Amino acid sequence: MTKFLILTKYDETLGLEPMSKWAPEDARAHAEYQMAINKELVDSGEWVEGYALTGPELAKIVVSDGGTAPVITDGPFPEAKELLAGYQMVDVESLDRALEIAARVSAAPGPGGAPIGQRIEVRQVMADLLGCEL
Amino acid sequence: MIEGLLRELAPQVLGVLVRRYGDFASAEDAVQEALLAAATHWPTEGVPDNPRGWLIQTAVRKLTDLYRSEQARRRREDAAGRLETPQPDVGDTDDTLALLFLCCHPALTPASAIPLTLRAVGGLTTAEIAGAFLVPEATMAQRISRAKARIKASGDPFAQPGDLRSVLHVLYLIFNEGYTSSRGEGLHRVELSDEAIRLARLLHRLKPDDGEVAGLLALMLLTDARRPARTGPGGELIPLAEQDRTLWNRSLIEEGVALTLAAMSRGAVGEYQLQAAITACHDEAERPEDTDWRQILGLYVLLERMTANPMVALNRAIAAAMVHGPAAGLRLLDALDERLAGHYRLDAVRAHLHELAGNTELAAKHYRAAAERTTNLAEQRYLISKIASG
Repeated sequence: MTKFLILTKYDETLGLEPMSKWAPEDARAHAEYQMAINKELVDSGEWVEGYALTGPELAKIVVSDGGTAPVITDGPFPEAKELLAGYQMVDVESLDRALEIAARVSAAPGPGGAPIGQRIEVRQVMADLLGCEL
Repeated sequence: MIEGLLRELAPQVLGVLVRRYGDFASAEDAVQEALLAAATHWPTEGVPDNPRGWLIQTAVRKLTDLYRSEQARRRREDAAGRLETPQPDVGDTDDTLALLFLCCHPALTPASAIPLTLRAVGGLTTAEIAGAFLVPEATMAQRISRAKARIKASGDPFAQPGDLRSVLHVLYLIFNEGYTSSRGEGLHRVELSDEAIRLARLLHRLKPDDGEVAGLLALMLLTDARRPARTGPGGELIPLAEQDRTLWNRSLIEEGVALTLAAMSRGAVGEYQLQAAITACHDEAERPEDTDWRQILGLYVLLERMTANPMVALNRAIAAAMVHGPAAGLRLLDALDERLAGHYRLDAVRAHLHELAGNTELAAKHYRAAAERTTNLAEQRYLISKIASG
């Protein structure tokens, strides 16, 4: 089994309104869709953890040189695509299975119930393993 | 001490319950509860005179409770009926082997066979197993209950023919998981390799004449013997040739070598015996330059005939390079380009052989390619250090 992080990022190219402006039933349908996927992952024994994050308007960016006071910038940011919307960590049999889950996440319904087609980033966790000896 | 006793008794107690009631899934839950009860009571109240009897009695009571609550919930008459007419007790038969066959059933994926084996035969708790694999307890519980549902669907638990090969494979995977994982991070992290060795010893006791069982146990012991030398103070990987061999565990090596020799002298040599014999060749060399590479190469040639595993072919290339020079090894690697395309180990070995040939530029190039492709942090650090030293 291998652990993968399935990352959902804000994607401004989709021209999507922030979720706070969606019709309440659309936002609910979206959340229920995601929760149903998560529930399935728990039942299949593949779930490690996952969270939806608060919106970019609450995000802060911190930069420090280790000496002087850190520079803290408040959101929202023009480069929203750099920001994470949420993630799921799964422990699965194969990369193919992780991609299958990511495809489901990508097709989550947006305003009007149409699949959003978000870009989902799939990253394998680098294991702190010792591996085989040469 | 109590923990060891409980893990040893777990499969015996489970065997008795499955024989009596035929219901593996519920019996296994009941035995887990009995083990937890013992782990709570024994340290303060003392170990009972007949610990096995105590566990059986407690597990039967837990099973009764389980059926009663099920019955109340779903009015399951058949389950209660089964309790009232238990199957005749078959006395002291040890059903551990039958349980191993069941938990390592070929119909199960390794991902479900492994935790089920560790729980039902190894007597570990779900929390311990989850901790060992770094997933939440609920996830591991789900894998176990799915595995049990799958077994339930296949009928009478003990009526099925056993598949020793799949048992060996599951134990091998448990050992590897423990051996390749970083250590000491989780507070309650069970030592999976120790547990695999314990189960392999148990299997060897039950099947003393099986050469492959002995071979697998020997392979584990001979590999585990190097454990104290294979990582540095910062957890970094130390390759075989650079390990401090005085740290190797001599008694494990002696035991492993004796097991290997005894198994191989009986004929019908299999993959685990050959792997054990190769490991023994390394373990018996006091210095890397004392390694009997000719013998190792011969063993790899035999092993390659038995398995399609490209890693065996890769290791054979290393052995060929040590016997006939790096050019011979590199030639063998060329034949592996397709089968191992994009695998970091192929790059790492190619780099190593170029290094042996004195071609530092090509070596660095392939070490870099390997470092980019590995998904293993310690290995990446090692490979990057090789690029720097090249």
